Amino acid sequence: MEILVCVKRVPDTSENEIEVNRDGTDIERDDLVYSVNEWDNYAVEEAIQIRDKVGGSVTVVSVGDEEAEEVVRREMAMGADKGILLSDDTFEGSDGKGVASIIKAEVEKGNYDLIMTGAQADEGAGQVGGMLAAMLDWPYASLVNLIEIVDDKKIKVGREIAGGNQEIYEIDLPCVLSIQTGINEPRYVGIRGIRKVASMEIPVHGTSELGIDPESVGKSGAKVKRLDYFVPELGEGAEILEGSADEIIDKLIEFLKAKGGIK
Amino acid sequence: MSQQVFAYIIHKDGVVDDTALEMIAAAGKLDPDALVTAVVAGIGAELNAVCDEVASSFVEVWKINNEALAYVDAEVLRGLLVRILPKDSIVLVPHDHFGMDLAPGLSIKLETAYLPDAIGFEGIEDEKLKVVREEYSGQVSTHVLCDISNGAVITTRPGAFKADESKSASGKIVDKTGEAMEGDFPGGARRFLEVVEAEVGDVDITKSDILVSVGRGIDDEDNMEIIFDLAQAIGGDVSCSRPIVDAKWLEKSRQVGTSGQTVKPKVYLALGISGSFQHLGGIKGAPFVVAINKNPKAPIFQFADVGIVDDILDFVPELTDRINDLKSS
Repeated sequence: MEILVCVKRVPDTSENEIEVNRDGTDIERDDLVYSVNEWDNYAVEEAIQIRDKVGGSVTVVSVGDEEAEEVVRREMAMGADKGILLSDDTFEGSDGKGVASIIKAEVEKGNYDLIMTGAQADEGAGQVGGMLAAMLDWPYASLVNLIEIVDDKKIKVGREIAGGNQEIYEIDLPCVLSIQTGINEPRYVGIRGIRKVASMEIPVHGTSELGIDPESVGKSGAKVKRLDYFVPELGEGAEILEGSADEIIDKLIEFLKAKGGIK
Repeated sequence: MSQQVFAYIIHKDGVVDDTALEMIAAAGKLDPDALVTAVVAGIGAELNAVCDEVASSFVEVWKINNEALAYVDAEVLRGLLVRILPKDSIVLVPHDHFGMDLAPGLSIKLETAYLPDAIGFEGIEDEKLKVVREEYSGQVSTHVLCDISNGAVITTRPGAFKADESKSASGKIVDKTGEAMEGDFPGGARRFLEVVEAEVGDVDITKSDILVSVGRGIDDEDNMEIIFDLAQAIGGDVSCSRPIVDAKWLEKSRQVGTSGQTVKPKVYLALGISGSFQHLGGIKGAPFVVAINKNPKAPIFQFADVGIVDDILDFVPELTDRINDLKSS
């Protein structure tokens, strides 16, 4: 099975507090730790497990600047066979549809049976997979937390829905899936693993390689544009308990007693 | 705004989802004069009952009635909606597991803009809608401009818009089934098989009065002990947020949130939980919420009644010791 996994390099929210910069044009990017989008990492792990079971290859693709290469390489260190970076100055400022159309151009250069994305990334949009599927006229399932390979024509997938329940579908290949966290346990990648793939070539494809009209992507093609970042006016929020550790514990225990929080 | 506004109505077992009235409120924020048409898909008597209820709030209700819609599959519905929705319309869809399946592709098929997970609208200027969104799990907010001149599919976050309960409409119900069914039946490449119900765990957290809920801040499976120790000391049950289940440190039945359990305790302790909207969506009944988190900007502090800015790995064992001392004295 030929599998393509779309990954994104994002600020790691478990390593950083994300703050708005002084003039609200961006988040504060100094000293940010970046990593592969958490959902994408599950997608790559799933792709590798499928390949190891039924054969084929896993290609990792990322739309981004040259620094996105590091996450592609990291996912190759996990076990992906190939990496491709889709990068061009004209891609900057693309909205979800722009990103989906860039990936679509790469998909059409290959012969993929299955495309996976993370269910969402740093912007919380969850849009690229569903748009890509519609552009390709391939079936789509989002929030996938189970994949079973039936044969080389179809697979069975589970979707996470409300209340811990799961919808089960049979889907014909080729198809696009967005992957939910928890579907597997992504393997650890050490420095040694990354060193092993350090010399592997990661081709960079831009508008000319992909045959994309530069006007259709990037800022010029975007119907959705971010104006600014801001910190919303917050309500009063929680009463923050302050003082020494002992004082805080005393106050908290009083609260808990009063509210029935200690039996 | 010149375009028609549509809202896709989610219903289950004859009950209309809360998001229906929220989308009326959202449409009112788009344009106070917007006349919103509800679109409802389903089958038979249940569908008719849902349409009648929805008609008390929407000026018009479009009904799609087909036995294949007994369980609505987003891939099927998308194919049907494309046939009936005018090309430049504004289509509102709840940003839940169904909307996320339906809406991105719908925007492509309708050749309109797509704006996911809106939590506020701040006016339209030159056919550009100013939208409030959140990024980085709610750590920062953004204003986004969406060009709606050729229409838009917009998903609205459940709970973000206060429901319009006025029920002031007496909408006309229009059967669109014929138009929707013209041509091949869509969505054949994906076939719905069944719903697998959540497994019942050893503890039913939906019945607990006191929940000690743990999130990513616990850092390591070996640290889980301190959460169980605290729960035992105060007589509560242990629940958790999604990352703990993803890491397989607790079973799925202990997960609080829209994709897990909906809980209604009297007291909820959120320990090392940042407070994503999906997690908060599972906490009902206005409990007394205590948040302990080392990040003072964590969204949970906006939701909680009392907050403590500290590392749970330091604070929780001390708290447990003190409570145990009190009980033994």
